Amino acid sequence: MNTKQKRALRIGGICLGGICICIGILRGECGVILQKAVKICLECIGI
Amino acid sequence: MSRMHRNIKPPALRRHNRFRLLFQLLAAAFFNGYVQGFFKGRIFTGKTKLICVPVLNCYACPGALGACPVGAMQAVAGSRHRFSFFVLGTLMLFGTVCGRLLCGFLCPFGMIQDLLYRIPLPKLHVPRRADQLLRYLKYAVLLIFVLLMPVLTADGPLSAGDPWFCKYICPAGTLEGGIPLLLKNESLRQAAGFLFSWKCAVLLAVIIGAVFVSRMFCRYLCPLGAIYALFNRFALYQMHLDRERCTGCGKCDAVCPMALDVRQEITGGECIRCGACKAVCPAKAIGSGMHLPDTGENHADPENT
Repeated sequence: MNTKQKRALRIGGICLGGICICIGILRGECGVILQKAVKICLECIGI
Repeated sequence: MSRMHRNIKPPALRRHNRFRLLFQLLAAAFFNGYVQGFFKGRIFTGKTKLICVPVLNCYACPGALGACPVGAMQAVAGSRHRFSFFVLGTLMLFGTVCGRLLCGFLCPFGMIQDLLYRIPLPKLHVPRRADQLLRYLKYAVLLIFVLLMPVLTADGPLSAGDPWFCKYICPAGTLEGGIPLLLKNESLRQAAGFLFSWKCAVLLAVIIGAVFVSRMFCRYLCPLGAIYALFNRFALYQMHLDRERCTGCGKCDAVCPMALDVRQEITGGECIRCGACKAVCPAKAIGSGMHLPDTGENHADPENT
């Protein structure tokens, strides 16, 4: 991987990451996550 | 027996390990700051729980202030959305900036494994070929247990699928969430059955494995490590080796917790950027740091110059 490719991937990764976060917020994923995270996750603890 | 476990460590490495442990402890305290949760046997329910922390830290842990990205990814995969752009975006951002530095310095479960490996018992050397093959296991765990099974096991488009990784594998959930909550909560203790016994067996296996093989879970099973490994090669935070200074003494290989051939794999996906190699290098040939596009990129990776 050369320097130019790395630079492109870094810029792409940061931009795409930001876009994905915005898409996720607009789709209402945060609500799903919050709903799951504020209740005791029975699967996580093995029940 | 591994070359890595030696009673006499160079002072620079001991100092570095102390500094890293302090950093790991502070990070663990920061991610699990709801202290009264441990005493009351209940979890934090504030709004910060919609934010994913960038490490494997179970949101069923009584102290957890944020959401576990792996758990959140499965929760969304098991919902009507089927795939979480929010979690992917969060991991892309952290991965592109830090890479697996997060595994080396911030992950509480990584810290636990580091401490377990300090127990003075004979250490196991995994043959290189087997080690390299087993490293692919974490990608299978990510694909099958985190991404596919929560979707495939959902009964219909609106029904929720099981978080398979959390339910059947995740030892962090048992250690950080299951055990503290069951200790304080009678009704949860009564509800615990075969699944809890299974998860305790997995946790025990991982604990025993981590005593004998350095960072065993991170190397072979962690789905979050698998995601960050994809970003590690081009992340802003990089380790770099000055090949002109390197004398080939091999001291870096001897202390690498991921059992890497440091001179070949320092810029690869498996390095957790712990800095142990840098601390022991007598020729000061190894460096690390953030490499922004116009701040000495060529110096960051001499192979490409």
